[in-house]
Amino acid sequence: MNNEVIRVEDLNFNYPDTAVLRDVNFNLMKGDFLGIIGANGAGKSTLIKLILGLLPYETGKITILGGELQDVRAKIGYVSQKANSFNTDFPATVREVVIANLFPRKGLFKRFNKADEKKVDEVLDLVGMSEYKNKLIGSLSGGQQQRVFIARALVSDPELLLMDEPTVGIDAASVADIMDIICRLNKNGMTIIMTNHDTPTLLNAANKLLIFCEHGYEEFVSTSDLSLERITDILAGKRVHKHG
Amino acid sequence: MDNIFAYDFMIKAFITAILIAAATPCIGLPIVLKRFSAIGDATSHSALGGIAFGLLIGINPILGAVIFSVIAVLSIEALRKRFGKYSEIATVVVMSAGIGLTAILSGFLKNGSANINSFMFGSIVTISDFELILTIALSALVVFVTLLLYKEIFAITFDETSASLSGIPCGAINTILMILTAITVAVASRIVGALMISSLLVIPTATSMLISKSYKSTLIRSVALAEIFTISGLFISFYLDLRPGGTIVLIGTAVLVITASIKRKK
Repeated sequence: MNNEVIRVEDLNFNYPDTAVLRDVNFNLMKGDFLGIIGANGAGKSTLIKLILGLLPYETGKITILGGELQDVRAKIGYVSQKANSFNTDFPATVREVVIANLFPRKGLFKRFNKADEKKVDEVLDLVGMSEYKNKLIGSLSGGQQQRVFIARALVSDPELLLMDEPTVGIDAASVADIMDIICRLNKNGMTIIMTNHDTPTLLNAANKLLIFCEHGYEEFVSTSDLSLERITDILAGKRVHKHG
Repeated sequence: MDNIFAYDFMIKAFITAILIAAATPCIGLPIVLKRFSAIGDATSHSALGGIAFGLLIGINPILGAVIFSVIAVLSIEALRKRFGKYSEIATVVVMSAGIGLTAILSGFLKNGSANINSFMFGSIVTISDFELILTIALSALVVFVTLLLYKEIFAITFDETSASLSGIPCGAINTILMILTAITVAVASRIVGALMISSLLVIPTATSMLISKSYKSTLIRSVALAEIFTISGLFISFYLDLRPGGTIVLIGTAVLVITASIKRKK
């Protein structure tokens, strides 16, 4: 059985006057955790958007779970930066926010039922937010809101979870809680792709790494013998050999 | 004291008011949350052009208003995409065009100012049987479609990117929402008047947002508040011989200000 979750081949993307991604190649198997590191504007978020289909890529190919994005959309979860994701004055409860992402399971016009409510309870329990189920999402702290957004991504049982800077603007204690949740999901077999400015945290959690730097990118298919110093060197523009 | 329900026109007025008060918050809530509140104004000014057009060519003015309002919201959607981050320009352009069109078309009407005036400020007590049936049908359509698409409308209103990623056809749902807005504005212009319709879209929702703890309760309370405003407005206007549209809007505004003041003190 092929356990490949995502394969990216010769991916290229340019913004007007700026080449952002050049010939990006990597693949992930079930249970892999890919960390993506790089300076602002290096292409980390662009790569996430290309995988999600939010931006059209020029050349290359992205295969997810053996198919095209539109066929497997329901199997992909996405957590963005907290600040990008919603208006904090929006009158919605935690439950309403999470259950809304069951759309891929339900389809148009169908109403939510008891099984859906049970699924919401399960994912809120998983992220430790059960007791806040009926609270307004805007009344929660940044860390709590981000845990709710992780629950929202998980409610549709994704096989691939994409996270774009999920811990930006969140206090240190909450970052630790969120990373703990993410690592537990990964240990249970979920494939994760995460961009993050917090290199030590990502190095600790991920088993694979993409580092976007001045001359393109470096791919490490194992983070076990990779040090922070070497990552700093790569980000500073010093070429290193790929590890495999 | 006169029995208000002894008059056929008042019974018709109450039926119409109750239906439109049920429909307006179903549209008002998503447009307020999507920060499109100004679309009510732009559409209502185009509706006035449709009313003048209807009177001019001899079709029911509400039908004319529906047609022009739908054209207006679709134009706003098309223009918004062209202006990117300055998308509010689209609303102003369409509103200006609606006013210009109304000014020109009303010039061709016999007793033009009197006819247009009744739609600018509302004339619920002069509603005809055909308009009553049209109001019932269109209000029922708005309520039915917004309830049918409840979870989709919630999802795109809360976070359009995530909604799109989860496979919701955001473009189609937004277009449906815009068309329903046009229908609601056109029909409701008969009650509160085209110049005040956006207040009926916005005020019950805004008041409800101050006192509600979920999307669902905000919607339910918006409908309840819209019903209270319109029914009490009809009673008060009847017994004090005031214009119903203005009375409904001022009651809503007073309740909103009082609720906001109480919330601020807490």
